[in-house]
Amino acid sequence: MTNFNRRNFLKGSGATASGLLLGVTLPESAKAAGTLYTPNAWVHIADDNVITLLSARSEMGQGVYTSMPMLIAEELGVDIKKIRVAIAPPGAVYTNALLGAQITGGSTSVRDGWEKLRIAGAQVREMLVAAAAAKWNIPADKLKAVDGVVTGPGGKRATYGALAADASKLKVPEKPTLKAAKDFTIIGKRVKRLDTPAKTFGTAEFGIDVTLPGMLYASLEQCAVIGGKVKSFDAAKAKSMPGVVDVVQIPDGIAVVAKSYWQAKKARDTLRVEWDEGAAAAFSSASMMDGIRKASADPASKVIPIGKPVGNVAGASAVKTIKAEYTMPHQAHATLEPQNFTADWNNGKPILIGPTQFQQGVAGAASAALGVKPEDLTLKTTFLGGGFGRRLELDFVVQAAMISKAVGKPVKLIWSREDDMTHDFYRPLGLNQIEAGVDAAGIPVSLKHKITSQSVTQRAFGLPKDTLDPFMAEAAVAAYEIPNTQHDLVIHDTGHRVGYWRAVSHNMNAFANESFMDELAKNAGKDPYAFRMDLLKTKPRFANVLKLAAEKAGWGKPLAAGRARGIALMEGYDTYMAQVAEVSVTNGKVKVHRVTVAADMGQIVNPDIVEAQIQSSVNFGITAALKSSITIEKGRVQQTNFDNYEVLRMDESPAIDIVLVKSIEKPGGIGEPGTAVVGPAIANAVAQLTGKRVRSLPITRKDLA
Amino acid sequence: MTSFTLNGKKVTAASEPDTPLLWVIRDELNLKGTKFGCGIAQCGACTIHVDGVPARACQIELKSVAGKTIKTIEALGTPAKPHPLQAAWIKADVPQCGYCQSGQLMAASALLAKNKNPTDAQIDAAMSGNICRCGTYPRIRAAIKDAAATIRKG
Repeated sequence: MTNFNRRNFLKGSGATASGLLLGVTLPESAKAAGTLYTPNAWVHIADDNVITLLSARSEMGQGVYTSMPMLIAEELGVDIKKIRVAIAPPGAVYTNALLGAQITGGSTSVRDGWEKLRIAGAQVREMLVAAAAAKWNIPADKLKAVDGVVTGPGGKRATYGALAADASKLKVPEKPTLKAAKDFTIIGKRVKRLDTPAKTFGTAEFGIDVTLPGMLYASLEQCAVIGGKVKSFDAAKAKSMPGVVDVVQIPDGIAVVAKSYWQAKKARDTLRVEWDEGAAAAFSSASMMDGIRKASADPASKVIPIGKPVGNVAGASAVKTIKAEYTMPHQAHATLEPQNFTADWNNGKPILIGPTQFQQGVAGAASAALGVKPEDLTLKTTFLGGGFGRRLELDFVVQAAMISKAVGKPVKLIWSREDDMTHDFYRPLGLNQIEAGVDAAGIPVSLKHKITSQSVTQRAFGLPKDTLDPFMAEAAVAAYEIPNTQHDLVIHDTGHRVGYWRAVSHNMNAFANESFMDELAKNAGKDPYAFRMDLLKTKPRFANVLKLAAEKAGWGKPLAAGRARGIALMEGYDTYMAQVAEVSVTNGKVKVHRVTVAADMGQIVNPDIVEAQIQSSVNFGITAALKSSITIEKGRVQQTNFDNYEVLRMDESPAIDIVLVKSIEKPGGIGEPGTAVVGPAIANAVAQLTGKRVRSLPITRKDLA
Repeated sequence: MTSFTLNGKKVTAASEPDTPLLWVIRDELNLKGTKFGCGIAQCGACTIHVDGVPARACQIELKSVAGKTIKTIEALGTPAKPHPLQAAWIKADVPQCGYCQSGQLMAASALLAKNKNPTDAQIDAAMSGNICRCGTYPRIRAAIKDAAATIRKG
């Protein structure tokens, strides 16, 4: 689905309609010793020459703490090693134009910031130069701004700090001159991450590390069936336990507030709560998947076209029809830092501190829950111990805020791992049904792909029923040249709580498309790589990454006994990516030995961070392809911790080889595509090796028995 | 009251004796580098050293460390004098979200204290109790080897 559609959709949604125009105030961490000058919303210069660049995106591992300042610093003319970074407060100026709100997600940070942040840097540079020009009475074009200093003829020299006060009074130039790509000195370089030292010495502050004077700790008992409500509760025992200060009821459950987390948790475990579990108590994974199948088959279901059909699927002359059906389970985000937030009611001027991917959402949801004006609320974003979409949600923020208001003191709410695993917003179930007509040579002449799944956007942003959810149709239309195609979406609400999960619907759709391509290739008796290449003659960026990945992986060359390769291809987030997975199977257990990735993501801002994100997304995808799934019985999530929701570990992680295409096309996103491509690459390798086509992830021993 | 040695200093903690050491270190003694991830010794985010041996602080009751020597990430090294692993971590830009990295470093430092030239299999054995949800494993492996080489050179 195009970004155009996403952008337009979210612009009209509740996310921006709430219009939270908060004043831009600099976070405490960004304040320097000297007087602070604010030439624009991204650059703060103090007269002691401390320069702070703001990242309006949350740092959750993807490197924005470095890549966002790099874009500003390139044009501002400062040494990236000498600046400070602060995460921006909520503010309309910090809206992510690709998503319509101040959101970190959708692999959009660099794509959104690419022009905007370079312009911000250039604006400030031109203002500083203009201030120097006026001061020295020398034309601006005779001056240079490099490494925090403006210099001019005759040994003229002034630091940015010395010029900042004057510069900040000038009009912000609307169209500053930007550098040509060939003149970049920061962009495209392997700049060291600015957050690595703090994360290596244990000093980086995550939400869970926040401490306020007089702060209490809360542990919250929620209904095992998500959405269940408290009927009655007995907290007598809890209230008598050491350190317990209060027990309060909020809409989501019963919170024990104590002087330490452990005291709160221990006392919470003694609560006796009677719940109204609601209709969700009847749900199971099997019944929900059954509901999805029925919705797909039901002639009364609204069928939403994904893009325009090409040609006429019904009229294509095929000699044979090939059909396949692919399914995906629920998945949890399982950020390693459990959900938490710190709130200080502060007599009606609430202060919220913690890890979030959605600053405007926090301001909106918390102010509504607390009955205060958004402008009376202060938010500070900490480092995020993982995001993956989980911290777009606001449940834990609202909970912390309401508990703090109830007790009138600062409170840090910490979820246990069990709370986190059983109260997530899960990746939805997916059903992808594909049917192709092939000619005598096995080449597809028609392809029909029907997706049935649940809409996150309906829940999260109030997308009207029966309209296309672009976040369900990602990578649904593959690149292959097939003369007659039709793609349809059926939206079915299972009732279970769902959320955006790294790579979102790319996961389901690329798994289906790329597994199916291998099934077609097998039917045609062709090599899966060559079969794809024949269908990509007018798609040079796709064909190029496919070729690069195949070459680097040694496609077609002999492998050690018991090993096989699988290949997969996708475009997502404006990034073209191919992967080759090399696997073995021992006693039904799949091991991935090597994954080769070729990516064309246009202009690269920091190749080292790009490679890190590819490594990360591939490993994240392997977890979902081979290890984890969430199942529900009687409305309860069955998995509770990392012993029964297993994630990839060091001994299972493959070698990852990466080829990056050099390009000056506009940047693509890189945090997510790798997660979606590795699943089908593995499934295709397993099919190659064992002859067994697994059409449902994760691939388990049961599948290969 | 329970007394023990924490990062070279004698400390006394007032938390209830059955409190997991993790929460004593974090909330009472205010060292936040050691992280809470799972509470059941499955993720390794809370890895510390007890008398030089890597252990999960979420599973150790305060009363059981009376008189023992505890080391956390805060004492592994400093920016001015980093442990060779920390120098290698910075060189390779290992961390992503960073939340697991204290535990990874404590697990890796216990390994290198015993074995200055670990094989891949030995690294796997020592490190597979530590989850990195961001999947920084390739860089952790490379950085451990790099640090081991530094240590061997002396």
